[in-house]
Amino acid sequence: MAHVQLREISQTRAGDKGNTVNIALFAPTAELYDVFLREVTEESVKEHFRGMIEGSITRYEVPNLLALNFVCRQALNGGGSVSIRMDTLGKCYGSNLQRMIISVPDDLLATLQTFAKR
Amino acid sequence: MHTIRIGAATGFYGDTLDAAIDTAKKGNVQYLCFDSLAELTMAILAKDKVRDPRLGYAKDITPAMQALLPLAKKNGFKILTNAGGINPEAAGQEITCVARALHLDGLKVAVVTGDNLMQNLEALQRKNVTFTDLETGKPLNDVREKLMFANAYLGSRPIVEALKMGADVVVTGRTTDTAQFLAPLIYEFGWEEDNWDSLAQGILMGHLLECSAQSTGGNFSGPWWEVDGMDHIGFPIAEVRQNGDFILTKSEGTGGLVTVDTVKEQMLYEIHDPSAYITPDVIADFTTARLENVGVHRVSVTGATGNPKPLNLKVVMGYENGYMGQAMIGYSWPDALRKARSAEDIIRKQLDRRGWNYDEIHASYLGYNSLHGTTVTEPKEELNEVYLRMTVRAKSRQEALRFGRLFPPLSLSGPPHLGGAAGMEAPRQLVGMWSALVPRQFIEERVHISLVEVTL
Repeated sequence: MAHVQLREISQTRAGDKGNTVNIALFAPTAELYDVFLREVTEESVKEHFRGMIEGSITRYEVPNLLALNFVCRQALNGGGSVSIRMDTLGKCYGSNLQRMIISVPDDLLATLQTFAKR
Repeated sequence: MHTIRIGAATGFYGDTLDAAIDTAKKGNVQYLCFDSLAELTMAILAKDKVRDPRLGYAKDITPAMQALLPLAKKNGFKILTNAGGINPEAAGQEITCVARALHLDGLKVAVVTGDNLMQNLEALQRKNVTFTDLETGKPLNDVREKLMFANAYLGSRPIVEALKMGADVVVTGRTTDTAQFLAPLIYEFGWEEDNWDSLAQGILMGHLLECSAQSTGGNFSGPWWEVDGMDHIGFPIAEVRQNGDFILTKSEGTGGLVTVDTVKEQMLYEIHDPSAYITPDVIADFTTARLENVGVHRVSVTGATGNPKPLNLKVVMGYENGYMGQAMIGYSWPDALRKARSAEDIIRKQLDRRGWNYDEIHASYLGYNSLHGTTVTEPKEELNEVYLRMTVRAKSRQEALRFGRLFPPLSLSGPPHLGGAAGMEAPRQLVGMWSALVPRQFIEERVHISLVEVTL
């Protein structure tokens, strides 16, 4: 097993609706999608965003895009027009999730290396 | 085979017009569609209208129409926009005024109203609409006296009706972002109201176009540095077939990147359950859709499916929710972060000494944690410079303002090497958002479409 930061192996995009932010996490291959399914869970995302996401998190699986969509409630200090934080619309939650470090089987490392070179 | 080409004009109030003009000239589109509204934008427009009852629409409609109406006439495309915001009638008048000045005799401008519920809340409450907030479950009475606007999200139907009436330009209030893009397909292809799968494809197309360059390389989280020409990025254009299948592309010679990787990011932007994206026209399932690279800057999108439209429409309301006081000061190396922290500590002690209480005090350090907040760890290397940003949640503008005034003295009496202007920034009014559901017939029976023909 190797420890890999999501930054090296994923795409993300986050968007706001009221006080809810959704974070879409995209895997580059079906094999890594399976790893994400195992490693990036509602619980691990909630733990990662401790102090920023106060409400519940729901994870939706989107296999046709090799994506997971995390819907995070009470996440934006009240919401875009009422937040006193800097990132009022949660645009940086995607890159923030990419800080997370997950375990990836060694035999997938070759795929990772090509992705990490970009 | 019959295809319709639809271009995205803007993704929000304040977006560039360059790409829309480019698409208007070279994009060979039959429809150019604007999404101008967002939750925050409605709040801005509501404040405008309080200041001046002739305002309340997206003011960039004036330069947009000045640039695009002559091209629309020359190249034969129609313009659809929800830039009417809180005041679509005034937006319609502004468009006809611009058209008259450009001598566009005979141009037909349709205005759709009925989404604005500000004057109808009591009547709806008498019909047992509770307006309970979807996010918090709280009753409307908590904020009723502080409401700034209340608008229902309308779907494509009134825009389709306006097109049937012969409109060249349709301006609405809070129709959904995707409605601008779906409406031409319903009109051109004659899709039945229960053709859920085609409607869902149309919604997916609209969703991929509504945020302008977010599907053509803007905000790309992959190798974004490989996206060429962001200085003249092209906005998306959809080539849609009768059955709803479409190709997403952009106009020749523009910058940007259209691949499965750029498009898929937009597909889940602001989406909650991807198998049930609820719109007034259809509940769309994006999990059945397929994306495929089919050429340079060409992605084929097929297979979205739909379920019957919801019985309720969403209403979004904004209410006055206090003010934010704010200040920002920068410190240089050495010990930049330590100096900024010391300044924060000084301010907090001064607040305590004065007995000034705020509902919330927030501090962050630009260059360290202002964007990622509590998830970041202390930087191992010393930072070259750090800005302290402090904000407070205050009940009144006065209380917000006096917070900022604590900062200028730090330029002489705090830690050393404070650079730039010291501190205070104008308070910002905070607008709370309230969303609720209303049975759709109560809204749809109020929708009205008026058509004006420009005469010189």
